[in-house]
Parts: sequence; structure tokens; C-alpha cells
Amino acid sequence: MNSVVCIAQVPDTESRIKIGGDGRHIDEAGLKFIVSPYDEYALEEAIRLKEKSGGDVTVLSFGPDRVQQALRESLARGATKALHVQGDSADADALGIAKVLAAAVKTVPHDVVFFGKQGVGTDNSLVGPMVAELLGYPQINVVTHLDVGDGKLTAHRELEGAEDVVEAALPAVITAQKGLNEPRYASLKGIMAAKKIAIDTKSIADLGLDEGDILNQRVQVAKLELPGEKSGGRKIDGADAAAAAKEILKYIREEAKAL
Amino acid sequence: MAGVLVFCELQDGKIKKTSREALTIGRKLAEAAGGELAAFAAGSGAAGAADEAGKLGAKKLYAAADAQLDVYTTEPYAAALKQAIDQAQPAVVLFGGTSNGRDLAPRIAARVNAGVASDVDRIEWTDGKLRARRPVYSGKAFATVDVVSTPAMATTRPNAFPPEETGSGAADVVNVAYQPIEPKAKLVETKTPEAGELSIAEADIIVSGGRGLKEAANFSYIRDLAHAIGGAVGASRATVDAGWIDHQHQVGQTGRVVSPNLYIAAGISGAIQHLAGMSSSKHIIAINKDPEAPIFRVADLGVVGDLFQVVPALTEEVKRAKAH
Repeated sequence: MNSVVCIAQVPDTESRIKIGGDGRHIDEAGLKFIVSPYDEYALEEAIRLKEKSGGDVTVLSFGPDRVQQALRESLARGATKALHVQGDSADADALGIAKVLAAAVKTVPHDVVFFGKQGVGTDNSLVGPMVAELLGYPQINVVTHLDVGDGKLTAHRELEGAEDVVEAALPAVITAQKGLNEPRYASLKGIMAAKKIAIDTKSIADLGLDEGDILNQRVQVAKLELPGEKSGGRKIDGADAAAAAKEILKYIREEAKAL
Repeated sequence: MAGVLVFCELQDGKIKKTSREALTIGRKLAEAAGGELAAFAAGSGAAGAADEAGKLGAKKLYAAADAQLDVYTTEPYAAALKQAIDQAQPAVVLFGGTSNGRDLAPRIAARVNAGVASDVDRIEWTDGKLRARRPVYSGKAFATVDVVSTPAMATTRPNAFPPEETGSGAADVVNVAYQPIEPKAKLVETKTPEAGELSIAEADIIVSGGRGLKEAANFSYIRDLAHAIGGAVGASRATVDAGWIDHQHQVGQTGRVVSPNLYIAAGISGAIQHLAGMSSSKHIIAINKDPEAPIFRVADLGVVGDLFQVVPALTEEVKRAKAH
């Protein structure tokens, strides 16, 4: 059973975001980058599948040279191969990224293609299902439980206050939700072993794609801005709980108009 | 003519709230673009949504009335919506940002080579194109994006566009020529655990608890207030990671980004990840014993006090208020 795990490298969730000089991108100076948190669940699931049924786990990322660090970390955790498609992913929209990843997935043996349910940061939640469509595969989105069997898989998909149990033929695309598993840390042995694995690199042109189409943005960022600081909040003393409760209720009724 | 088509999810024959919100903003876009608002609904009873869609401003309802579409699965819905898009030729396709809307939008966008703006909280038709604002980095920043493909697509953030019934008369039903397909993924069953619990995704009111609760059992303080006020139970990442509550309740950067009308945070100090996930709520009340807690920076009403005293007192006040 072979898996591909598509990895997005994103700013650490603890980061304060600064806007870059062009007003359309974030300022990457001094930012720490990490593997997008949901991709960690995707990777862990793929590694467990390999441990159970054998095969390869290929981690795949599209982006500038810094994404090799994310691939390296993923190899240290237990991925067996890595593919880096070089390009300025910050200038592609979700469908452009999906076209690159779909073409790259085709070059690697796979039964299951894993994604995180969203790249933390851009928060689009688009690329996984787009890749599924481009490859003609079924998709199961926001998965909290997965069983992979012979030629098919069964997955639990999170809904609002409920979940769907879905059965799909392989190959299939899965997007991972928090709770799917508990991701492991890289072991020292894993880190050493990962150093011996060469990261395969390809260009957009190597994949037979037209760079113009990939970077021809259907969605264009016109401007990026920070939210205004909220002001005008009131603070009250809650030492007298009953009085505070009355004050809160008044606020709920008169200002939030919620009761 | 630059028309707008809205994917409407039905539940017990009614249009779901998030779809009603998408129809409302869709009508405004259609007016600005000089086009017509149309709705799309699927399933045996799809045509029954014509009255409600009409009230929300839709002139036409594209109905894919096939039993294969009685429950949502990706591939049949994508095929049916593609057929409706071919028939309606809209300039804009909108989806309410539910689990199913967010599942379907990227699938259909890839099929018709369209761009999607996800989870938008403002949207307008300007200079002949769709312009939308969306929170990124979980609300630490906002991106204004132009969607320049035809059609242009967007998913709307729940609660961002209050529904308005301004239309009169039922929408005209247009039959979608849908042929059932053989999907590669099939629904086995839908499980609905935690009967009676509201989801934070679409709730108007959320009551959230944090580490200040001290232990799992004390989530009862939060549940009691949520139950009394008719809200959903939210939680900070720390409490989810500690195993006090299921991650479905988690608000924040690795949980859900929410924007209810009223957000009540009790015992939550306000880590940057949490603030990112809730600070776009319309009204925020924070209860915390530390007057320096960062949560107070985003709160409209901050109560410096012991949640174990203030929350039960508030629950009683709410119950009393509701009894009258």
C-alpha cells in the first residue's frame, strides 16, 4: 500500500503576522516555518498504513527551497521518499497548486493521497478536493477515522455535529482532521536515517505543465491587512457575582439582543 | 447577463440557514451585477424549496430532483451542480460554508477551471468582478481577493450575512437534466452523536471554557450556561489537548474559526491562537480572574472575577429571564 502525503509549509501558529512591503504578501523575514499542523495527522496516518501493510510513503511539497526543511522533517518521522516541486507557490492560487500536485502525484506510485484538511494560514481548504477532481479520484474530506482495506477504504467525515461514514474505491484522496491520530515525534534514529534519503526535485516544466497557466491566478490577492485593534470594551468587577451576572444579562439583552 | 447561482442545502425540505445567508448576499451581488439570482437544490423534494428561495430573492430554482441526491455525496452532487451551471451560465456561484459546501466548492471549481474565495465575510460585485474579503492566518490578517474566472466562486462564512426575506412569490422551477452516475465513494451511514448538542460551526451563541475550569468535570458550568441560553459549547485548545472535551468543540487556529453574534469566554486567558479563532464574533463577553488576561483586549464586556461564582449566577439570571 503506497501513500503520497502533500505537505504545506506554513508560518508557525505562534507567529505574529506582518504585512510585506507590497501589501499583498506576508513579511517572511524572521518567520519560523513549520509543517502545517493538519498535515501532521495526514503524515502519521500514512506512516501507520505503511507499518501495517508495507509500501512507500512519499512526501510531496510545492514551493521555494525552504520547503525542503518540511520534507526533511517528514522523512525523519517516517516517510520513505520525498519530492520537491520547485516554484513560487505564493504566486499560485489553490487551483494552480492543485494542478502542480496532481501532476506530481501521477509520477509516484500511490493508493491513497493524503492532505491536511486545510493549510493553516491561507486557510483555503481547497487543494485536496481539487487534486481529487483533477485525478478523477473520490475524496473524503475532514476525516477523523480511517480504515484502509483491499482496494477500498472506509472513512469518517466530520460534519456539523454529526459524521458521515463513507466507503471509497482506491485510489482516493483523504484530508485529515485533528483527532485522526496522535502524531509521533521524530526519533534520533529517524533523523539520522532521513539524512541519507535524497529529496527528488522537479520543476513545473518537468511535470509537463505550462507555468503560465499555473501562475495565471483565478484568485488574485488585491490587499492584505491586519485587523483593527478593538477598542471601547468595558471591564467590570465580578467580586459580587450576582451583580455582575445582572450586568452581563443586561448587555446580552440590550446590546447583543440575544435573549 | 451576470447571474448568481447559489448552492442550497436542504434539511427536512427547508433551506439551511447558511444557504439562506448565501442567497441573501447572492441577491445583492446579482443586483449590483445587473443579473438574476438563482438557487440550486437537489434531491427528490428539491422543487419544494421554490417558495422559500423566492422569498430570499431567487427568480429561478434549478432543481435536480433525483433520489440519488437525497443525501449528500460529493460526486453525484458535483455532476448535478455542473449540469445546473451549464444550464444557468452564472457569473458567480456561491456556497454556504458548511461541511458539504466546503466539500463541493473545490470539486466543482476544479471541474470548470474556476477560482474560489473561501470563507468570505464580505463580498461585492465591483468593476465587473467579484471582490471578497477573507480572514487568513485564522483572522490575524484579512485578504481582499478578486476572483477573475468565469464563473467566480466563493464559500460564505456562517453568520456573516444575516438572511433577509425581501422577495415575493415562488422562484420558477427549472428542471436540471441530471443523469445518475456511478460514484466511487458511497455513504454508508450518518452518525449523529451527542444528541441535542449544537455545533459551534453555525451557532449564534457560543459559550467557551478554558483552562480556568481546572478539570474536565467542570465543563458542566459551561454546558449549563450554554443550555440555558441556547448556545453551543466551545473550548480552548488547552482543554482539548488535555482531553477534557472533544476537539469538535475547539475554537481557534487549529480548531474552528467562529463568528457568532455572542461569544462568552470563561476561564480562557486568550492565547493568540484562540483570539484568532473568535475575535471576529460580534459581541464578546470574557470572564476571567486575571485582569491582565489578553482575552480582555478583544472583549466588549470584561468581567474580572471567579468563573465558578459568576457563571452559575449568570445561568440563573438567564433562566429567570427566559421564564418571563
